Parts: sequence; C-alpha cells; structure tokens
Amino acid sequence: MMEFFAENGNELLFKTWEHFYISLVAIVLGVIVAVPLGVLLSRVPKFADRFISFIGVLQTIPSLAILAFFIPIVGIGKIPAILALFFYSLLPILRNTYIGVRDVDRGVVEAGRGMGMSNWQSIISMELPLSIPVIMAGIRLSTVYLIGWAALAAFIGGGGLGDFIFDGLNLYQPSLILAGTIPATILAVIADRSLALLENKLTPEGLKDSYETA
Amino acid sequence: MLEFKNVTKKYSDGTTAVKDLNLKVDTGEFVCFIGPSGCGKTTTMKMVNRLIDITEGSILVDDKDIKEQDAVELRRSMGYVIQQIGLMPHMTIKENIVLVGTLLQWPKERKDERARELLKLVNMPEDYLDKYPHELSGGQQQRIGVLRALAVNPPLILMDEPFGALDPITRDSLQEEFKKLQKELNKTIIFVTHDMDEALKLADRVVIMRDGEIVQADTPENIVRHPANEFVEEFLGKDRLIQGRPDVTTVEQIMEGFPVTVTTKTTLKSAISTMRDKHVDSLLVVDSDNVLKGYIDIEAINLNYKKANNVDDVMETEVFSVLGDSLLRDTVHKILRRGAKYVPVVDEGNHLAGIVTRATLANLVYDTIWGDGMELEDTAAAGE
Repeated sequence: MMEFFAENGNELLFKTWEHFYISLVAIVLGVIVAVPLGVLLSRVPKFADRFISFIGVLQTIPSLAILAFFIPIVGIGKIPAILALFFYSLLPILRNTYIGVRDVDRGVVEAGRGMGMSNWQSIISMELPLSIPVIMAGIRLSTVYLIGWAALAAFIGGGGLGDFIFDGLNLYQPSLILAGTIPATILAVIADRSLALLENKLTPEGLKDSYETA
Repeated sequence: MLEFKNVTKKYSDGTTAVKDLNLKVDTGEFVCFIGPSGCGKTTTMKMVNRLIDITEGSILVDDKDIKEQDAVELRRSMGYVIQQIGLMPHMTIKENIVLVGTLLQWPKERKDERARELLKLVNMPEDYLDKYPHELSGGQQQRIGVLRALAVNPPLILMDEPFGALDPITRDSLQEEFKKLQKELNKTIIFVTHDMDEALKLADRVVIMRDGEIVQADTPENIVRHPANEFVEEFLGKDRLIQGRPDVTTVEQIMEGFPVTVTTKTTLKSAISTMRDKHVDSLLVVDSDNVLKGYIDIEAINLNYKKANNVDDVMETEVFSVLGDSLLRDTVHKILRRGAKYVPVVDEGNHLAGIVTRATLANLVYDTIWGDGMELEDTAAAGE
C-alpha cells in the first residue's frame, strides 16, 4: 500500500485532479445550457414533452459509442471527453429544471403576473428560487453520474482516473483498478455533499421551514 | 371609472366566453360578478388587467383604452387578489405586502412604512412582518393577500373569489373586515364569486351572468325583490326569496332608538339607580358626544362598588356592535351565534344610534310568521 503510494502518489493526485477538472467543466457547461433551456421549455409545455423525450432517446446511445462518434468530429483528448460528458449531463438537469419551474404553484405565478411582474422578473425572483430544490436535485444526480462516466475519458485520451483503471485492466493489476476507482468514488461523494451544502444555501429561507415540517 | 364596451372574448377553440358585454362601473362602486361556472365572470375580470386578451370591443379605465397601455404597467396600477391567495412562499410577509412597491422600485423606508401601515388596517401585530406565509393561517394569509393588493393604493381592485377557499367563520369575518375597509378607502372593486350570500352582502351592484352575457345587473335589494327571469330566481334560490325581507332589511329599520345609557363619569351609585328605574340589568356607556365606550352590567357593579367610583373604571370596553346599515340577516345570525342578549347599533363614527335586543328579534319573527302568513316549517328551517 505504502509502496504503491510512494510509487504512484504524484500521478494519483494529478489524475484525480484531471478527473475532477473534466467532470467540473462538463457539469458547469451542462448547467449553463440546461437550466435556461429548461426555463424556456416551461414556456412551451406542448413542445417541451416531445423535446425532452427526444433528448432522452439520444442519451440511450451507449457512452462508449458517443465517444467513438466524436473522434472523427473533434478528435481525441480532453475536449471531446468534456463534450461527451456535457451531453450526458444535460438530460437530468433539463428535465428537473423544466419540471421544477412547471410545478411552481400556479396560484403564486398568477398572483405575480397579475400584480405586474414582467416575464423576466417572474423567472428570476419567483420561479427559479421556488424550484431550486428540484433543479439542484437534477444537478446533483448529473454530477454523481458524470464523475463515474468520466473514467471513460481515458478511452479517448482525455486522462483522468480512467487511465489507472484501463492500465489495471490491461496489466491484470487489481491494485491499479482500485487506485482509479476509490478516488473516483470519494470524489463523487464529496461533490454530492458540497452540492447539498450549496443547495441549502440557495434555497430561500421561507421554503426551508416548510420543507422541514413537510 | 371602468367601462366595458361591446366586449367579446372568443377562445381559439371556438368557444365564446363573453358575448358583447356592456357595463359601466363608477368610482368607489363594489361590483360583484356572479354566475354558474363557465359563465364568463372570471374571463371578464381577467380581461381588465389583460391576463386574458380581448377579442373584440374595448375596456376603458378612466377613459383610457387598456389595450393602448403596457400590460405590465397596467397590472401594477390595479390590485389583484385570487382564490389561491398566491403569497410568495419564499418572501417574508413584509416583502409580500410591498411586492408591487418593489416592482415600482420604491425606496426601502417607504416600503417598510407602508407595510406597517397596512398591517395596522387589519389589526395584525407588527411581528408578523418578518414571518413567512406558511406560518400563518389561511385567513391571515388572505388578509395579507388583500393588503398586498392595496400596497400602492390602486383605485381599482380585482378580486377572483378571494374568500372562496376559507372556512365559513373566517370567510364571514374577512368579508366584514373587507367591506369596512372598502368603505373607508373608497376603492372600486370588481369581485368575482359564485356565492350568492357573499354577493348580496358585499356588493353595491350584483352582475348576474350566464353563457357570457349579463342576465341582470342591479342592487342586491332589487335583485332579490325583482329577479329579471326564472334563471335569476333559481340562482337566488327559493329560500332567499321567502326570506326576501330580512335579506334586504337593514338593522336601522328595526332597531330600537333609545337604549338606556349612562355617561362615562357617572358614579356607580347613580348607575344602579338608573338600572332600577328602567328595569334593565346592564347599561351602555357613552361619552359626552354619544360615542359608544363600553357597557356595564349588574355583576360588574356588584363586584366593584366598594373599590371604584365611576362607571368608566369598571365598564367592559370590548363591545360587539353593528353598523346601522348592515344587513339584518347577518346581524340576526350573529346575535344567535354569540348568544348575545343585545347588540348596540352604531354609525361610522361609533356614535350610538340604537339597540337590537332579543325582544326586537321576537317582534320580527312574529311579523314574519303572522304578518306574512309564512308557514311555521319554513321559519324553523330558516332558523337552523
């Protein structure tokens, strides 16, 4: 054990960082794209359901295949890996944002509109804050999945903890596989907990109590 | 103030919700729209603040066509109260009350002051300002919903079945409070309801609608006395037509004019002799301007005659009183429910005008039974 760390310690740290970095960029991109898109979809509910099922179908393409498809288009390395992961992060965030915003109490939305909130004010100061718990649930789910899937990045030269796992598989060295898997798991747990903290911070004060009592 | 001119609403699926509607509403008028569901009453109301677009015709507010105004600005200039209440759960009561002020970018001090001022109107303590909506009861929440509509002092307020989701007792007291508030503030109110009692109680004018058209628009009194057609009769219900009289009789018409009173500075000794002379067991206490201050009864005197000298030291200041122009129906109900022996009648300035006692009610019931030849069964049913 100590021997393994002495030998691979630096590399392990570096790969973990790489893994984290790939996942983080993908998820941030996912949030930037999916949250506004989800809000937009909530304005056109008829179209939204079809659109979301379409995205759902796309996501059933095996991740390995997606990575393979991306090679001729964007080559290999970190960028195609991030792109593929970003693509996978979309659905849970998109769906949760759409559902969260759609399910904000109609009475509240109507009162807001009736009192003269513009569309933008309604989204920023009413619909988004009220759907934070649901949106954050989507982001957390996406993040945990993404950290797992990021291991596949190694397959197209994206780096990350997947390198250890693939090496381990090729060289029949279980210790290498574990060296890739355990940090990835820990990373996922830490990411989930930090997002839980963030969620708690973002959830408006008045909602917290009602959630606790509910 | 508000005028509907040949207003028609057709939905894209071909149904016509409102057909060629014409109506003028004066400033300070309380108009109730009522009708069975799907009659177009809510649609009519929502066209006023452009939550629903008008297909044909126009609506004028202060002689300006609402179509020529920005919808968002227009809505900020009107109050809006809905059945679902719709308080923002993530905002404090204060933030909720002054929401429109926030939209209009009022400075903070002005908003704080306004929130406190409004909360006083409904007699809620100031510490509610920092609570969240879920900490309030349904009735309290809708009080805040009403205050929110009053926040920037709009001349016109739209209300969509605002008290419909509340329990009967809360609804009763909110209606009362709101009617009082409306008189004080002189707002023009468009009020949608499906509850005839509510409409007759609150409105200056009741607009009965069916299939997108106005069937009858008149004062509650005239509607009960002269229903325009069978539909209105049916909608009013047979009971109400039989009870037509108490429905529109005001307290003033039946009260007794000269209750036994004493002034605040009377000594207990002379109060007790007044009681003896007039054969009563309690006295209403008024000040020199005849403003009702409280009451004093024989028990209070008996307990306190050694300790206190004057009437105002021992009188009970919490008196339940009614306004002279409130409807008898509601008053009777209250006297019976509270088990009160009598109810003093006051005017707007709380000046004592008369009294309604249980004996007065006996006269009334006697008149109804013997005078109108109404059958006993009906009265028994109405009394329950």
